[in-house]
Amino acid sequence: MTDSLVKIRGLKIGATVYPPGEKPHDIEIVHGVDFDLEKGKVLGLIGESGAGKSTIGLATMAYGRGGVELTGGEVWVNGRDILKTSVKDLRRLRGTEVTYVSQSAAASFNPAKKIMDQVIEAAISQGKFSKKDAEARAVELFRKLGLPDPDNIGSRYPHQVSGGQLQRCMTALALCPEPDLVVFDEPTTALDVTTQIDVLMAIKEAIRDTGVAALYITHDLAVVAQVSDDIMVLKMGDTVEYGSVDQIINNPQEDYTKALVSVRSSEHPEKPPTTEPVLKCEHITARYKGTNFDVLHDVNVELRPGQTLAVVGESGSGKSTLARVITGLLPPRDGRIEFDGRELSRDMASRSREDLRELQMIYQMADVAMNPRQTVGTIIGRPLEFYFGLKGAEKRKRIIELLDEIEMGVEFIDRYPAELSGGQKQRVCIARALAAKPKLIICDEVTSALDPLVAEEILNLLLNLQEIEDVAYLFITHDLATVKAIADSIAVMYQGNLVRYGTKTEVLSPPFDDYTDLLLSSVPEMRLGWLEEVIANRKMESAGN
Amino acid sequence: MGLATRLVVQRLALGLLLLLAVSVLIFAGTQILPGDVAQSILGQSATPEALENLRRDMGLNEPAVTRYFTWLGGALTGDLGTALTSGADISEAIGARLGNTLFLAGVAAVIAIPLAILLGLIAVRFRERWPDKLISGVTLASISLPEFFIGYVLILIFAVKLRWLPPLATVYDGMPFGERLTLVLLPAITLTMVVLAHMMRMTRAAILNVMQSAYIETAELKGLSGFQVIARHAFPNAIAPIVNVVMLNLAYLIVGVVVVEVVFAYPGMGQYLVDHVSKRDVPVVQASGLIFAAVYIGLNMVADIVSILANPRLRHPK
Repeated sequence: MTDSLVKIRGLKIGATVYPPGEKPHDIEIVHGVDFDLEKGKVLGLIGESGAGKSTIGLATMAYGRGGVELTGGEVWVNGRDILKTSVKDLRRLRGTEVTYVSQSAAASFNPAKKIMDQVIEAAISQGKFSKKDAEARAVELFRKLGLPDPDNIGSRYPHQVSGGQLQRCMTALALCPEPDLVVFDEPTTALDVTTQIDVLMAIKEAIRDTGVAALYITHDLAVVAQVSDDIMVLKMGDTVEYGSVDQIINNPQEDYTKALVSVRSSEHPEKPPTTEPVLKCEHITARYKGTNFDVLHDVNVELRPGQTLAVVGESGSGKSTLARVITGLLPPRDGRIEFDGRELSRDMASRSREDLRELQMIYQMADVAMNPRQTVGTIIGRPLEFYFGLKGAEKRKRIIELLDEIEMGVEFIDRYPAELSGGQKQRVCIARALAAKPKLIICDEVTSALDPLVAEEILNLLLNLQEIEDVAYLFITHDLATVKAIADSIAVMYQGNLVRYGTKTEVLSPPFDDYTDLLLSSVPEMRLGWLEEVIANRKMESAGN
Repeated sequence: MGLATRLVVQRLALGLLLLLAVSVLIFAGTQILPGDVAQSILGQSATPEALENLRRDMGLNEPAVTRYFTWLGGALTGDLGTALTSGADISEAIGARLGNTLFLAGVAAVIAIPLAILLGLIAVRFRERWPDKLISGVTLASISLPEFFIGYVLILIFAVKLRWLPPLATVYDGMPFGERLTLVLLPAITLTMVVLAHMMRMTRAAILNVMQSAYIETAELKGLSGFQVIARHAFPNAIAPIVNVVMLNLAYLIVGVVVVEVVFAYPGMGQYLVDHVSKRDVPVVQASGLIFAAVYIGLNMVADIVSILANPRLRHPK
């Protein structure tokens, strides 16, 4: 294996942790990982949060983020063990031999400097190219990556371009010094699905055209399947499975990999429309204070008792604003909201306690939706006191019932949120919403911050609870796989307009309007060659037009 | 009009409004002091008739509002009235004194500001290691010592023992620049030691705050050296808080240096003000108060404007 670019043997990575109420101590977060990467090949690193994939990616630059330290093993890059090389040699390696693309380009670009200066900085300060050559190369990369106005985009500041464009600029930054290896760390995770596909294609073509090798880190197996040659599945700092992309996707050996492969395939049979709707939004138009444009235009939706309406759209489509209007946090400019046969007041302050009780909410960030200084028991007990006046043993009995419903035991009653995992936190939030015995729960991106397997468990829990409690969900999400798994009816939103609305079968069956078609075809599928197919189709369509 | 221009104009307008409010306060403050100017001039033993005549001559019988506007109008046109004790023209006296004060403050600032920022950068580069601790220790020790003590120690070492510099800084009009500079060097160094720690520690804190950002990691992963990362990527984003603390210290150098002026017998604004306060020379106190307020407001306004201009989101809107 003389020509392998990267050779990692027995890599161990440790970190110092500072748990609340305990002494700081060292833990090991990666327990001996081996892999090889040849020139021009792409290795996908996949796993859930805490798997150690970003840490391993940064180890190829001998970089430990925060208190992370590379404690053992060997990392060979271009024929030398970079864990033993000099500081000066390491600096030359970083930025010219190995470069890095982070998840959030918006945070990774210096807000005070022009994009061009940042893109060419590594190449010129390391003396690899002259300023002129580096700029010419950057413009060439901007063009290749499909950025608008490639000749001038470099003279803009980071806040002057969109998130998807900035992510492509970050790719240009990484490719500009002609590195041998690029580490892509979740480069499309923060993007909307329709933007993701463009960036993904740009990255894939750039990798192919420049012949650079890449480590592609993501939690989304469907994405990594489109760009990688090999895939390594990681869990808690250990290798679960390592093989060619074909073998991992089509013939996974380990149970964990199988679960990852099948995670997005769950389907929920749709319930037929019954009886009177529990929620009826008519002609809702809304705008935020101090602005002069509407963020919702004449939106009409209905939701029936015990069913789920999924509201889908990209960031900025107005889906969360709709939730704010329904809860009364943002009184609409026009339109009316009917809830359980009565008209709701526009403003939350003038709604009755009964209105408030019957309409509950669950949020994306379970962490910040709970008081960190209250125990699980106090958090779930609060609505029991507030709405039903329960106290003492009676309240405790109900809290335990609710903990059972969310499949957590009585032992959690005295725990604090910081002691819970992400999925458990979201379960507690669900229990708090259910405690009020609501008729409708608004779920705002409740699974977006969770790992796929955990998200699936939460969705199943929500569906079970819907059966038991006969509660309706207004489910806001940008993820179409989630929609398929939970919805009975779907509302597709785009720039504040309702572009498509109906039962799940209606919405997801052709003929599609342009936007829904774009949205549906942009969702990565768990099969090889999907990305090429989509791109080929789109090219054909645009040629045909 | 761009967003940045609008904000800058807003700041300027607010600064002028604030200055106007301060002028009202200064005037009102001197009005509620017991006794009046006529009484101070003629003394306790003056006859009521003499007092009444003088009050009429000086316009003290006019309503306070009228007198305020007369005073303000004079101040705006550069006429600050005459000192009671000497009968000298205040504008002229203050002109010379203010020039001296600004010169001393300027020399101190030219030494202190670059030094403080450089030391701050070095402290960040070697944070939690010995250079950082040494810089913090020395600057904190120098701020903890009273300025008159530092002044006398410097005089003892550089003027008395080594005989490199003169012990007193008695400058006069028409003195050549070089000579003037030599004279103010000791007081300027004293002032530098007083303001250094504050500016250095704020620079360090502001840059360390920026060092947590993701783009610093990007810069490190470009293979830049520690100092390049700090100077090119962290410092430009820390300018606003640094300029703020620099301006506060500049204001201090201009309005708060009376102790150092006394130690070095330097004829600046501080001494002038203290002299006339003890003599209850109200017009001089009013005039000095107004000038100090203008300096303070002006410098803080500059800090605000620089903060606005340092923000690329305001300078280059979408």
